[in-house]
Amino acid sequence: MFYREAGQFKTSYKADQALMPILQDRIGLLVILAIAFVVIPVLANDFFLTSIMIPFLVFALAAIGLNVLTGFCGQLSLGTGAFMGVGAYAAYKLTTIFPDANVIVMVLLSGVFSAAIGAVFGLPSLRIKGLYLAVTTLAAQFFLEWCFIRIPWLYNDNASGAIEIPHREAFGVVVSGAEATPIVRYFIVLSITALIAFLMANVLRGRIGRSWMMIRDMDIAAELMGIRPLQTKLMAFAVSSYICGVAGAMMVFFWLNAAEPSSYSIALSFQILFMVILGGLGSLSGSFMGAAFIWILPVFLKFIPGTIGINLAAETVEHVTFMIVGALIIFFLIVEPHGFARLWQIAKQKLRVWPFPY
Amino acid sequence: MKRIKQIALGTAVALGVGISGLATTTVAQAEDSNYVPLLTYRTGPFAASGIHIANGMHDYLKMLNERDGGIGGVKLELEECETGYNAQKGVECYEATKGKGALVYNPYSTGITLQLIPKAGVDKIPVLSMGYGLSAAAVGSTFPWVFNVPDTYWDGASVVIKYIGEQEGGLDNLKGKKIGYIFLDAGYGREPIPLLEQLAEKYGFELLQYPVGVKEMQNQSSQWLNVRRDRPDYMVMWGWGAMNPTAIKEAVKIRFPMDKFIGVWWSAGDDDAAAGGEGAKGYKAMNFSGVGSDFPALDDIKKHVIDAGLSSTDAGSIGGTLYNRGVLNSVIIAEGIRTAQELTGKKVITGADMRMGLEALDLDEARLKELGLAGFAHPMKVTCDDHAGSHPVFIQEWDGKQWRQASGWIEPMTDIVRPLLEAAAAEYAQKNAPWPERTEPCPN
Repeated sequence: MFYREAGQFKTSYKADQALMPILQDRIGLLVILAIAFVVIPVLANDFFLTSIMIPFLVFALAAIGLNVLTGFCGQLSLGTGAFMGVGAYAAYKLTTIFPDANVIVMVLLSGVFSAAIGAVFGLPSLRIKGLYLAVTTLAAQFFLEWCFIRIPWLYNDNASGAIEIPHREAFGVVVSGAEATPIVRYFIVLSITALIAFLMANVLRGRIGRSWMMIRDMDIAAELMGIRPLQTKLMAFAVSSYICGVAGAMMVFFWLNAAEPSSYSIALSFQILFMVILGGLGSLSGSFMGAAFIWILPVFLKFIPGTIGINLAAETVEHVTFMIVGALIIFFLIVEPHGFARLWQIAKQKLRVWPFPY
Repeated sequence: MKRIKQIALGTAVALGVGISGLATTTVAQAEDSNYVPLLTYRTGPFAASGIHIANGMHDYLKMLNERDGGIGGVKLELEECETGYNAQKGVECYEATKGKGALVYNPYSTGITLQLIPKAGVDKIPVLSMGYGLSAAAVGSTFPWVFNVPDTYWDGASVVIKYIGEQEGGLDNLKGKKIGYIFLDAGYGREPIPLLEQLAEKYGFELLQYPVGVKEMQNQSSQWLNVRRDRPDYMVMWGWGAMNPTAIKEAVKIRFPMDKFIGVWWSAGDDDAAAGGEGAKGYKAMNFSGVGSDFPALDDIKKHVIDAGLSSTDAGSIGGTLYNRGVLNSVIIAEGIRTAQELTGKKVITGADMRMGLEALDLDEARLKELGLAGFAHPMKVTCDDHAGSHPVFIQEWDGKQWRQASGWIEPMTDIVRPLLEAAAAEYAQKNAPWPERTEPCPN
């Protein structure tokens, strides 16, 4: 009843091809943005911002990055964690070499380094496909992790082998280091994530995005129609790694404050991959939903028993959380293998005919 | 199938609504208690070590609640938060608990400690990393909010070399010897390397490094193959969790002489050594907390906490090295709270008061006896300048069934360690510029 596009006529091609042709979608997006930019900063406490929202947005951005590569271009990658690490280490090196430069610009620049490295490791994709490609990206993961541990120049010879984010100011406020307030960090992360998501939404439905999808659906046919597979695949690797790199840099600059090489291990790659698979391959909104499920749900389950007064031992809560999240993952994948994005599609369809389904 | 999809949709909606409700959860803090969060790990790859520490910390503080009604007449409110030795989860626990009036944090992970060090001064909550964490944090004038009594890793590393020197009949005899260093390849295991390298240069021995990645903790055959090839005269280990028993088993397998294999105080667990079976006899480790369960305070724990069913501790693990280490940690927390109460005259204290209490900590022989822990640890004292104190440690030896003290108290090489600590602290402050100048007044 409420979600029905009946009566919304388009009188120009421009209106018909808009990013969101349906009025309700536009309103929905505005409501979400209003909640993210106004309601949450006003109402939320520090814990909600630092432990839930900031990591959620960082992971959502990383999931978008992997989704570009795996969901839209069909190249399976297990190197996400390492590409995020490249962004983090690049941003750290940049900000220590140029201490007076704006750290937000440095974070955005760091993605360039990770894009370059991503493109190099994407070279085998021309010859190797599917699971075999996953193995070569796995090599990227191990090689880069080895670099983070073994090249002291990358972490400025820190005795602990960790990168520690220094105090930096931008536009007159402290944006990184321990004194940066959660609200400031949240706004930076939210703005960057929203900006990149918006850019990607447009890229993906344009010529570039379509050429990626052609490669994904059938690379031989795409080649016959004039898509150059090498350039297209490498561009997917570069764009994906750029986004992952920015997410990785944000992860350490605006969330963790310090990172060891183990923060960017294979476990992170899998975490992001599961977000993409659960959220829905080839869907931007799915990236957000997958990130919410994998990150927010366990935190939620972990702290809920205490807040409603049930006294459970810390390790019991941990075990129960593992079991519930695991069971839910299996449940959702059996019921809807195409992820939350597909579930949301079904929900929209039902809303369209509600309350008189036929 | 349609029905199932409806259920799935319903579940998704319910989860979404539930999660959005989390934004508004806050917990009121009780007015008449002191809140001590315990960041522990009873799950994950380091649980084997973490459980004993967690039990020890929890049981001693719980015992104070049951026996004395808390400290200074005010109960302690304890809350455990599971970190799994994972830095991200550790920070999550920190953020979730700091708003409830937390007095002090014991991260039990060098990775988490590094994350909390810059936050401590901003949130005004001290970090007590007892015998771990950032060595440079011992310099109180740079790190007023971080405490690492009784020793830093650099103190520990100097004691090992000193002990090896004693075995060889003098430090000068170390010339030309090969000392192998097997360590967990994380912030923790890398911490002592700068000092060991310094000592290697000074005394002319060769330092061979064998890093063990967290992922290959339980598969160290390649490292020990190298050890067999290199034939070091001594092996020193900085291990934790599943790495310890694996290393000891591998050492037994390649027939490395166990009396020349020395672990740090975190590689001193009973389960760690027992894993090597008969062959582990002679394995040595440093320690600074009591061996055995023959202390009145531990009897009180048994009586008031374990027998009363208030703990998940297995009675047999009381008196183990790591359990006792957890108890010692809680003793320092409790004494810090007591000192803070005396200094401020308040019953319910804040994190800033706790910082003063820890800085004025003076755990002497008489006080240890009063606590029912005579001989449990070396008397320790914190000063504003020195937050570690470089207290002596002893070497213990595994006799196949239990740990036995194998040496007297050995003083660290303070003359070498202290200047290095100061240089490292200055470097840290410079790298993290602008690092705040110390403004906190000195309580003693």
